[in-house]
Parts: sequence; C-alpha cells; structure tokens
Amino acid sequence: MKKIISIALALFMIVLGMSVFSSCSKKDNVLVMATNAAFPPYEYVEGNEFVGIDVEIATAIAEKLGMELQIEDVEFGSIIGGVAEGKYDMGMAGLTVTEVRKQSVNFSDTYATGIQVIIVNYGSSINTLDDIFVFDDEGNPTALKNANLKVGVQQDTTGDIYSSDDITNWGFNDIEEDGTVTTDRVVRYKTGAEAVEALKSNKVDMVIIDNEPAKSFVNANDSIHILDGDNEYAVEDYAICVAKGNDELLDKINQALKELKEDGTIDKIVNKYINSGN
Amino acid sequence: MDFFLKLKNDFILNFVDDSRWKWLLDGLKNTLIITFFALLMGLAIGIVIAIIRSTFDKNREIYKKRGGLFYCFWWIINAISNLYLTVVRGTPVVVQLLISYFIIFASSRNGTMVAIFAFGLNSGAYVAEIIRGGIMSIDNGQFEAGRSVGFNYVQTMIYIIIPQVFKSILPTLCNEFIVLIKETSVAGYVGIADLTKAGERIRGVTFSAFMPLIAVAVIYLVVVIILTQLVKILERNLRKNER
Repeated sequence: MKKIISIALALFMIVLGMSVFSSCSKKDNVLVMATNAAFPPYEYVEGNEFVGIDVEIATAIAEKLGMELQIEDVEFGSIIGGVAEGKYDMGMAGLTVTEVRKQSVNFSDTYATGIQVIIVNYGSSINTLDDIFVFDDEGNPTALKNANLKVGVQQDTTGDIYSSDDITNWGFNDIEEDGTVTTDRVVRYKTGAEAVEALKSNKVDMVIIDNEPAKSFVNANDSIHILDGDNEYAVEDYAICVAKGNDELLDKINQALKELKEDGTIDKIVNKYINSGN
Repeated sequence: MDFFLKLKNDFILNFVDDSRWKWLLDGLKNTLIITFFALLMGLAIGIVIAIIRSTFDKNREIYKKRGGLFYCFWWIINAISNLYLTVVRGTPVVVQLLISYFIIFASSRNGTMVAIFAFGLNSGAYVAEIIRGGIMSIDNGQFEAGRSVGFNYVQTMIYIIIPQVFKSILPTLCNEFIVLIKETSVAGYVGIADLTKAGERIRGVTFSAFMPLIAVAVIYLVVVIILTQLVKILERNLRKNER
C-alpha cells in the first residue's frame, strides 16, 4: 500500500513539474525583452510597472509586430548572454554597441546615443577631468593623476569596460604584464543607483555612467553633480540586441524602428523623458 | 569532435584569454580571506554569547538569590545577547551586509573589512546557539560531579564540560562553517570581487554562462570538500580516547 502511494505521489510530482515547465515555455506571440530596470530614464520601475524610453520604444515595436511584450528584469551582465542563448528574444537596456558584444549577438539600428560622464560629490577635490586623468596629445585619457582614486561603476556596463579594460585603459586598473590586477580601484556594483549611494558616502571618489541616468541620479540627490568637460571620446550608440541567426526578428525590429523614427514616435518618447525634466 | 572543439574554445575564451583564470584566483583569495576572518569573529562572538546565555540559564536561581546589581548585570547582558540573536537570525544576511556597508560603516572604503564584520556578526549568532546547545546537552550530573570534587563553576566548565561539548558540537560547527563559505557569495552586492563575482565578471565579458558558472561551482565544492575532510580528521583524532 505504501509503495503504491509513493509511486502515485512520484507520478503526481512529475506531472506537476512538467506542467509547470511547459507553462514556462515561450509562447509564439510573445516578445520577451530582457532589461535591467535600474537605469532611468531608459528603464526603471514606477509603481508596479516598468517605464522608460526603452520600455516605450519596445512596446511600440511589439505593437508594430503584432506581438505581446513581456519584460524580464535581470542583471545587466546576464542580458547579452541570455539573448545569445535564446532565453530572451531581445535585449534592450541602454545597450551600447561594442565590437566585443557584436561577437555574441547582433545589434539593430541605433535608436539613441549616450555619453559616459563622471559624477562626483560637491566639495570633492575633483573639479575637472584634469584632476582625474592625464591626457595624451589627442585628448584621450591615458592614466590617473592620483593613484588613490576609486571609481564606482555598474558591473559590465560600458563604464565598467572603459575603466577596467586594459585596451582602453584609463588607469584605474594597474594591470601588470602577467595580467595580475594589483589594485581594486574599480568597485563594481549591481546597479548604478548603488554606485551613486557608495559615492555619496565617499566609498568611491567618482561614478562613471551614461549621461542620462547620471542626470536622473543628480536630480534626485543634492550632494552630487556631473563633472563638466569634453567627453567626446566616449560617445556611444544604443541599440537592441537579438540572438545571432535570428535575422527574421532583427529585420522586423529594424523595420519597426525605421517606421517609428519616421513618424516621430521615437523623438516623442525621448523628449517625454529627457527634455521635459530639465 | 565538434563538441569537444567547442568545449575547448569555450574554455580558452573563458579562462585563458586575458588571463581570466586569474580573476577566479583573485576572487577565491578574497572569498577565503572573508570566510577565514568572519569565522574567527563568529567563533569569538559565539563563544562569548553562549557562555553568557548558558551561565545565566544554569545559575539563574543562585544569581537571583544574590540579587542586587550582580543579578541586574547578568540579566541585562543576557537580554542583550537575546536581542542580538533575535535580530541577526531574523534578518537575511544580504540585508545585514547592505546595512553594514551603506549605513553602519558608511564612511569606510574597505569593502572586505565590512564584509568580514557582517558575515562574522551573522555567523556568531548561529555559532552561539550551537555552542549553547552543546553546553546545555551535558548532563547536570557532570556539573555536580565537578562541584563535588571542589571545582568552582569556571573550573568545571574548563576541565569537564567544554572538552565534551567541543566533541559533540564539532559536526554542527563544521556545518555552520560550510554555510558561511557559501554565504560569502553575496559579497558581490557591495562591490567586493569574491569568487562568485569573478565568475559573474567573466560571464559579463564572454557572455557565456556554462564555463564560468561550472568553474565557480567546482571551486566552492573543492573548498568545502577539503574543509570537510579536515574536520573529519580532527573528529577521528578526538575520538581516540573513546576506544
């Protein structure tokens, strides 16, 4: 009797498990978008809903495609990997097009641009970019003025790449010839907001982040400001990423983007979030 | 063949290129540093709290009779210990870590120290209850025997109770240490480059999930296995006098 009950229970659990899994599997008419909703004004949470430029553009695209948009809020570093493996249909999170990322996913046409800026505390010893970097003749930063400076970034974002990568080394990481990183000047946080929080309590001396989120953070906090200066070396294009080989979806997205650009929808969405507040 | 080639390429991309395996090594180093010092701190806190709580429990009546400030003092430190246990065990370790980092040590720039504090404080509560459980499980006859051969309470504890307690709590204590090692994997929340974070960084650069996640899992597993074996050897040695 016991045996029968246990077998029945086991079967029941298998069926339950299968039904749970199958209900998780993707439906045809749903466009799953991966994002990291802590990046105002591109994507953030308001009340119970995801809002922001990316979210509204994605909604418009989904509408054009006759699909239902489903947003997955994941860690920034997991977006591209997840899209590449087909877990999500597309990634849209103020994603900058970079050569390295292009090796894993395909990018759509650009729909916005961003600039990396530096946020510091008022009253900090840093007043201009010259207080941070040593510049070469072409105006590109090559090294740090002060070896004790610490920078906060959101993990895996371009701010992280710029300050960590030895190719575009801004001097935050002292990478020896054998590859050892000797200092921990780059502190990587899960979200930009946490990096800003750390800046406010002087755990880091500056935060490198995209300009629009930077404005949002500065507007919300009286004690910090964006460094003035010529940041032209860090202009970047935002685009939507889809898995390699999924050209059908990519073409559809590009077509939709083109139409949305032409009829002014994208400008309207961008203006709504970016130009009205300031 | 294709499969192995892909595996090999994946391996090279994730660990060899850019010397990314050194990130893991660095991360492991940080994880071990945090775990080791948190463990010491947890043990220290645990022992103190356990002694306070069990001493008060066992001697409450005697202390009450002595009354006055002496009883008040014990009553207060026992209450503080209880409060500590309730708060620490009642809140998630991630939240405690974030509170330590952003509120308690808001002005500290050394993330590793803050993590050691947070994990040590957390572990202390569990260790305290493990040790107290051990002390309370020793038969009262053992205390009485100690007192009847002329030992005072402290001497009874040191020569008779603690050696027995240590043996009986060792497996549970080992369990707590294993949990601690794995709990430190949330240190990445406050920007510390621990082992899990190193894996995340590799994932964020190579955009492949399999290799870095499996590597991180295997490293944790190996560390825990080594620790378990060490405790086993210690247990075996402690059992020698039982034969």
